[in-house]
Amino acid sequence: MTRTPLRPLAQILKARVNGENPDAIERENLRQRHEEARNTSRARAEGRLLILGVFFLCAFFLVGLKMSLLAGSEPAEPRIAASGAQIVAARADITDRNGRILATNLSTHALYAQPPLMIEPERAAEELVKIFPDLNLDSLKRHFMGGRKFVWIKRRISPEQQQQVFDIGEPGLLFGPREMRLYPNGRVAAHVLGGAGFGREGVSSAEVIGVAGVEKAMDDELRDPGRGDVPLALSLDLTIQAAVERVLEGGMRLMNAKGAAAVLMDVKTGEIISLASLPDFDPNDRPRPLTQGDPGDSPLFNRAVQGLYELGSTFKIFAVAQGIDEKIVSRSTMVDITGPLRWGKFKIRDLRNYGKALSVEDVIVKSSNIGTARIAQKIGMDRQRAFLDDLGLLRPTGVELIEAKGAKPLLPPRWSEISTMTISYGHGLSASPLHLASAYATLLNGGLQIQPTLLRQDAYRPGPRVISENTSKQAREMLRQVVTRGTASFGEVPGYRVGGKTGTADKPKPQGGYYEDRVIATFASVFPYDDPKYVLVVTLDEPVETSGQKPRRTAGWTAVPVAAEVVRRVAPLLGLAPGVESVRRTGVTLVSQSNNE
Amino acid sequence: MVYGAVPTRDGEPILPRWWRTIDKWSLSAVLTLFGIGLLLGLAASPPLAERNGFAAFHYVQRQVFFGGLAISVMFAFTLMSPRSVRRLATIGFAFSIVGLVLLPFFGTDYGKGAVRWFSLGFGSIQPSEFLKPGFIVIAGWMIAASNEVAGPPGKTYSFLIAVFIMMLLALQPDFGQACLILFAWGVMYFVGGAPFTILAGIAGLAVIGGAFAYQNSEHFARRIDGFLSAEVDPNTQLGYAANAIREGGFFGVGVGEGSVKWSLPDAHTDFIIAVAAEEYGLILVLFIIFLYATIVLRSLFRLMRERDPYIRLAGTGLACTFAVQAMINVSVAVRLLPAKGMTLPFVSYGGSSLIASGIMVGMLLALTRVRPQGEIADHLIRSQR
Repeated sequence: MTRTPLRPLAQILKARVNGENPDAIERENLRQRHEEARNTSRARAEGRLLILGVFFLCAFFLVGLKMSLLAGSEPAEPRIAASGAQIVAARADITDRNGRILATNLSTHALYAQPPLMIEPERAAEELVKIFPDLNLDSLKRHFMGGRKFVWIKRRISPEQQQQVFDIGEPGLLFGPREMRLYPNGRVAAHVLGGAGFGREGVSSAEVIGVAGVEKAMDDELRDPGRGDVPLALSLDLTIQAAVERVLEGGMRLMNAKGAAAVLMDVKTGEIISLASLPDFDPNDRPRPLTQGDPGDSPLFNRAVQGLYELGSTFKIFAVAQGIDEKIVSRSTMVDITGPLRWGKFKIRDLRNYGKALSVEDVIVKSSNIGTARIAQKIGMDRQRAFLDDLGLLRPTGVELIEAKGAKPLLPPRWSEISTMTISYGHGLSASPLHLASAYATLLNGGLQIQPTLLRQDAYRPGPRVISENTSKQAREMLRQVVTRGTASFGEVPGYRVGGKTGTADKPKPQGGYYEDRVIATFASVFPYDDPKYVLVVTLDEPVETSGQKPRRTAGWTAVPVAAEVVRRVAPLLGLAPGVESVRRTGVTLVSQSNNE
Repeated sequence: MVYGAVPTRDGEPILPRWWRTIDKWSLSAVLTLFGIGLLLGLAASPPLAERNGFAAFHYVQRQVFFGGLAISVMFAFTLMSPRSVRRLATIGFAFSIVGLVLLPFFGTDYGKGAVRWFSLGFGSIQPSEFLKPGFIVIAGWMIAASNEVAGPPGKTYSFLIAVFIMMLLALQPDFGQACLILFAWGVMYFVGGAPFTILAGIAGLAVIGGAFAYQNSEHFARRIDGFLSAEVDPNTQLGYAANAIREGGFFGVGVGEGSVKWSLPDAHTDFIIAVAAEEYGLILVLFIIFLYATIVLRSLFRLMRERDPYIRLAGTGLACTFAVQAMINVSVAVRLLPAKGMTLPFVSYGGSSLIASGIMVGMLLALTRVRPQGEIADHLIRSQR
């Protein structure tokens, strides 16, 4: 800053000489300098004011422009929506192994009202009650005439109902699109699919979330927006699933059972071709869970996966196969079966007295508890336990159903020697029919461990070896003997060479002990036994066969015929050619043979 | 006066002189804005009156009453000389600063979470509204004085006063008004000859500070992101306002047909522009913006010729504050700025705001009246150089 002299000294000196007031000169000087400063500052301010003016002009122009853009765009309808992240309604379809639809989405509408927009709320309420008789007229009127701004009326309505609501002509009745999960096959594969419901709901869409079954277990995958339109392919075969359910339902009725389950599994890959549980339900309209009584009686209960039963004699083949595999016994080794077998305070009996000793093969064929227990005794509890673990019988199956996670087999609290013996013939360890099917598949496919799955496997990945191929073959041959000359003689299906093992276990009472007249009858089978393709487990809950003089409950009379009927129906659908076993060729002369003769 | 003598008067009569020197375009713009405010009030306020249990046009009647008062005050101010404007502004400033200091003890918050009002039974007073014009005039005076030879350090003084007021406002809290005070001071400082180095420094600091806050403050970043994103939650006031503007389109849905006034609690004050946009369309909104632009641009243009630094600075401060207030209000509705409660001067309902706007524009019009600027002297000085 340049220092300006306050006084023009020369003038003041002159003024003093002339006797004038120097202050006046000083004031005049100051005035002039102010004048000068004003002019310079005005010139500067002029420029800056121009800048301000341009700035405001631009700002007003910008506001006007934004306003025009906004006014020119479309209004976002509807006004009221759930805040937060946008709700994703997309959900992938579910198909069977051949691409046939098991679950898909249908776009429907939800009906809601905005009473402030209503013109004739009273008439609207009356008309709505005519269309939807389950609505309450009084409460509707109360909602419409009261101070509410938003009322849900119906979560899902059909296109016909929507048209009827349109015809009311009330502007305050509005529709929000709703993706709805549809199971076009109704009850088929109900327990596998489970069902879906609405999660978070907004006006313009609602989240569809799985509530049970594969829908819930695979919820994240199904809702993955990156998935696109790729459906989830299950290992189920829709045709076979339907056939199995039909046969099983007939069998359940005939055998007066209160429930039934069936599992059909590919023996090599562990793919579940069919999984049925009865009674069933329609996943489009899931019943409510039971609030009282045994949840196991609810149709929602998946007996094949959730039902943990003592599966009885079907377990015997495990002990025998392990004995053969570890070279403790061979098929022809004679086993002492004199009974009862005492162990501490326990006594093990057979159903009938089969004599003093049986070969190992006959222990299976005749289903001797004592013989199996003796073999198990020789194996020992640690090795038995390790073997059952290899077969997957000591942990949840890991199949892609939400229910499978909780279905952990019930093991004895202390695995003692008597547990070893009872478990060898299927008592003291409760597992689901699916567990049994997986264990049979592992045992009979040549001895490679499988992981049961509900998803279609495009590549076959062999699991680790559990038993030798030879043992597996011998086990299959013994099971075949059970059908040809043992307890499962009703299981013979001409051409399909079924092998299998029956199991009849008394049902435990909830308060302890066992019922005399309530059993779980199981038939676990493999077909064809010489070239194993599929494992089938059929379980009937409390079956009674009453055609004879005395009611018969054993699996051979109940589960086995049902299983045989399933094989008879399903095997051709599976593409299995019936094997021709030594048919006499009457009237046919083979040219080559005649030449030789 | 002698009978028959030619009537003479020294000087021009007051009213003709007023009419000759006043900025008639700005004056008409203000009156038009007030008329539009009444028109919109007729549409926007009945829902509120209904909610509060008054007659349908209760708020319109009050608006007419306060508006009449505001316009009278405005006329009174336009008649004053710049010197008396300054005098009155100083007195008003003193009163309102006392009022502002006493607010925490005697004020009410009307359930809105900020203590900004004195309740007077029939109405309420918001001291910060009256503080603004007073502060601007005083600050302009001080900055002008600081430019004189051996003048006081007015820039520093006025800045300290601004900071003190901002503190008081932040206590309420009322950050919008605080920003407005700072803006007014900044504009006057700029026009009053702020060195360009300081201006560049402030601009640089603002950019760096903004970037720093965006990087380091989650809250700040989210607000900015939310503001930048195109989607707006339709349940918020902003969402309703945006939808109303869209519904209105270019020519509006028709008088009284709008629905946004039913859903917006502040339809008659902060979001009156949304009501205008919905019922009368883009045309009215652009017209309103045009009126504000007319007032501020004409005022700035007239102030460019003004030689008196005090008049120029105070006038600039008043015009810019008035314009910015209007601009912020409209910008919030069109989502150019984040939500901030700010009334639209003369259009929004509100007693304090109306009268304060009247005072402000009255002062502005008084300061922008045509005055002799010694044009010839200017030319002589220029030719000497």
